[in-house]
Amino acid sequence: MTKFIDLTLNGISTGAIYAAVALALVLIWRSTRIVNFAQGAMLMITTFIASAVINSSGSYVLGFVVALASGLVLGAIVERVAVRPVENAPPLNAVIMTLGLYTLLVAVAGMIWGNTPRSFPAAFSLRGYRVGATNLLFTPNDTFTVLVVIAVAVALAVLFRGTSLGLRMRAAAFAPEVARLLGVRVGRMLTVGWALAAACGAMAGVLVAPSVFLGPNSFDPILIIGFVAAVLGGLDSPPGAVIGGVVLGLALSYVSGYEGSALVPLAALVILVIVLMIRPTGLFSATKERRV
Amino acid sequence: MTSKLVGVFRGSTLLRSLAIVLVAGVVLIVVTDSVSSYRNLQIAYGAYYFCVLAGLTVLAGASGQISLGQGAFMAVGGYTFAKLNASPVGWSVFPSLSGAVAASILIGIPVGVAASRLRGPYLAGATLAFAVGLPALADKFPAFFGGENGLIVNPPIAPPWLGANFQLERWEAWVACAGALVVVFVLYNLTHSAVGRSWRAVRDGEIAASLSGLRVGRQQALAFTISASCAGLGGGLLAAVTQVASPGAFPLQLSLTLLAGVVIGGLGSLAGAVWGAALLVFLPNWTTDIAGSFSLSSNVSHNLPIAVYGLVLIVAMLVWPSGIQGGVRVIKRGAGSAIRSRRGRGSAEPATAASEATEPIADEEMNASHP
Amino acid sequence: MLTLEELTTDYGPIRAVDRVTLEVPEGTVTAVLGANGAGKTSLLRTVCGLVRPTSGHVRMEGEDITRWAVEEIVRFGIAHVPEGRGVITELTVQENLRLGGLWRGRDAMPIREVYELFPRLEERASQPASRLSGGERQMLSIGRALMGRPRALLLDEPSLGLAPVLVAQIMSMVRRLADTLGLAVLLVEQNARSALSIANRGVVLSLGRVVAERDPQQLVADDRLLHAYLGF
Repeated sequence: MTKFIDLTLNGISTGAIYAAVALALVLIWRSTRIVNFAQGAMLMITTFIASAVINSSGSYVLGFVVALASGLVLGAIVERVAVRPVENAPPLNAVIMTLGLYTLLVAVAGMIWGNTPRSFPAAFSLRGYRVGATNLLFTPNDTFTVLVVIAVAVALAVLFRGTSLGLRMRAAAFAPEVARLLGVRVGRMLTVGWALAAACGAMAGVLVAPSVFLGPNSFDPILIIGFVAAVLGGLDSPPGAVIGGVVLGLALSYVSGYEGSALVPLAALVILVIVLMIRPTGLFSATKERRV
Repeated sequence: MTSKLVGVFRGSTLLRSLAIVLVAGVVLIVVTDSVSSYRNLQIAYGAYYFCVLAGLTVLAGASGQISLGQGAFMAVGGYTFAKLNASPVGWSVFPSLSGAVAASILIGIPVGVAASRLRGPYLAGATLAFAVGLPALADKFPAFFGGENGLIVNPPIAPPWLGANFQLERWEAWVACAGALVVVFVLYNLTHSAVGRSWRAVRDGEIAASLSGLRVGRQQALAFTISASCAGLGGGLLAAVTQVASPGAFPLQLSLTLLAGVVIGGLGSLAGAVWGAALLVFLPNWTTDIAGSFSLSSNVSHNLPIAVYGLVLIVAMLVWPSGIQGGVRVIKRGAGSAIRSRRGRGSAEPATAASEATEPIADEEMNASHP
Repeated sequence: MLTLEELTTDYGPIRAVDRVTLEVPEGTVTAVLGANGAGKTSLLRTVCGLVRPTSGHVRMEGEDITRWAVEEIVRFGIAHVPEGRGVITELTVQENLRLGGLWRGRDAMPIREVYELFPRLEERASQPASRLSGGERQMLSIGRALMGRPRALLLDEPSLGLAPVLVAQIMSMVRRLADTLGLAVLLVEQNARSALSIANRGVVLSLGRVVAERDPQQLVADDRLLHAYLGF
């Protein structure tokens, strides 16, 4: 029973991280109809930057802020330089472009920081809470993770629903040509969307790094699982991404706890295939596919 | 007389493909005889890369699908080969390779059926998950798959009639090239047959293809399974040549490297797969040399080839959406049309770019077979 | 106010707009008529920058805006109500309207005034635009264009798919807007009679070329011309 509770709580905190990665993918898919396969590598880079800042300044908060800021900048640069030329090309070109970015960023990180994974500090204690006589696996740092992700999800909801920037961004995503006819600078909105998404991913990177360690390839499984979570949520629905992330976090936590962690990527694959076979556009997808 | 003979060759795809295989075979025998054992090993590497790239390029170019899971199919082939070749079963090289192909077909069919329902990024993501997920099985069943260290494969033994002094590397090159030539023969005939035409019809318009009576899903599943079998053969050859099948031999990076190889060769072109395979073999050497001559650190030199693959993918998408072969074709078509297509891409007219990038195999090779 | 000089647009080998010269003064409605494929929509899309012209010029109050980006042309005061209305169905009615005025900031038309022009929209303010009928969508689309206080309005087939009663209402609304707000209206229509009933000037387009430019009354009376180019 304690094990089940442990796995459930663990599922919620890892699910929060998957949700953040899924959110990053969904933000980009909504606005550009591109799955950003480079997301895992982008958040790896920003986490390395955070690590360098934390090591030299000793301040976790500063590292966190720098990670978010560098995520914004990296996302904007990637959109402007690499993604814009393939935005109107066939979908395959964008897939190859983002995979190329992934490959390049992983190699660059390996050149600068080496391929041996290193440790990354956590914001709060990694010792589980004590309830009565039992020690739970859930830690203060997990609480921090869940709260940060909730805060970001709420902030994004407010941005999209309550601000004129959000209105512009939604218009640019839903109907780019009409949005342009209404004076919306659609290109700028796409850049903002990529920047926000990359910052969201950067946050996920800093949150997950203490448990997976920090290396050029450390975040590959997170990207795959984030993609599965995003697809579970329908790829274009931010609330769906959050639900998908938590559901997947729980499912994979049970698989890992009862069957062994080696099966986690495979279980994610099985869940993805089942979801796609039932509904090829994801479970919570509200709008219909626009591209045939 | 000669013209008649040429006519027969032109008319029959089968004869033409046999001629290509024969000529290539003779060339390879001569070449492997005259180069060092190190070069022979490189030829063997190139040959197994070619098998995988050829399967992938036909998948992408002919039927318009993409797979980022070819590394996983290579793992299927490699592990099957290692299992069949090792002591309890103890099959020799060629039966074990056939087993590797059979196993990858068995896995390829369900994956292909699932993949035929997916499009674009969904298909890419699912096959990517396949590439990450499948090799994890080796960790789950370490007793059977050898865990992290994988399975050791005995070096293939050259048959006695080739002489006692026949080099191991040369025999490995022969085995791998034999596999590559089988792939050439099969894929050449397939793409020039009714099956190939159905694939192109599916690629160019799924709805139109299904309206004219083609079972789109079945055609795509078939193309996917065939590309999986090529990857399985490539993986089996990899195990035979490198004498090991381990999870580390089939990382996610491998699948992306293969993608880079296919893109640089031009999606859909068998000749392009040769370019791609050559790149995958020689690039790590070149970058190591460059890193050595500039005395760069080992971190840099290890990662330089990967950086180049990434750049290749990025730059290809920026300037040459259909790869080297596609670029050659653009030049052939004449400067005028090239300029027109560039202008088409520059303005916000997606149609031109779309036809550019998905065109491949069709024109040139179709024209060759039906003059 | 809005002038087109020798404007020419090609789609690859096809010439969609062929040396069209037009002037739309302030407070007037110019009706561009023509059959399907005459180049009417291409003409509007060229004016507002969605399509790049091959040659020729578009001027707004003397400024050459020919090669400006769509967003900048819109921000210069030319609103385009696209064919099929271009309502963003995922947004609510009110969000659609607000969007139209965002670029103007504080100087946007108060949403109140649009509701006064189109009371139906106020009743449906918080509903998603996907729930609106065809006529309501047309009102929303026009109202949204007005939010940015444009000086010129490009209307693409506002009568398309509407009942005759609604067409008459929309047309008289367009006339009123031109009169009260001093808008220069370029109205593209297949429905020649209702468009000419409110126009100051009538232009007939065929194969991208201007084949007639006259007074609306004269055009309505010219049965042969209308029959030849518009099919009735």
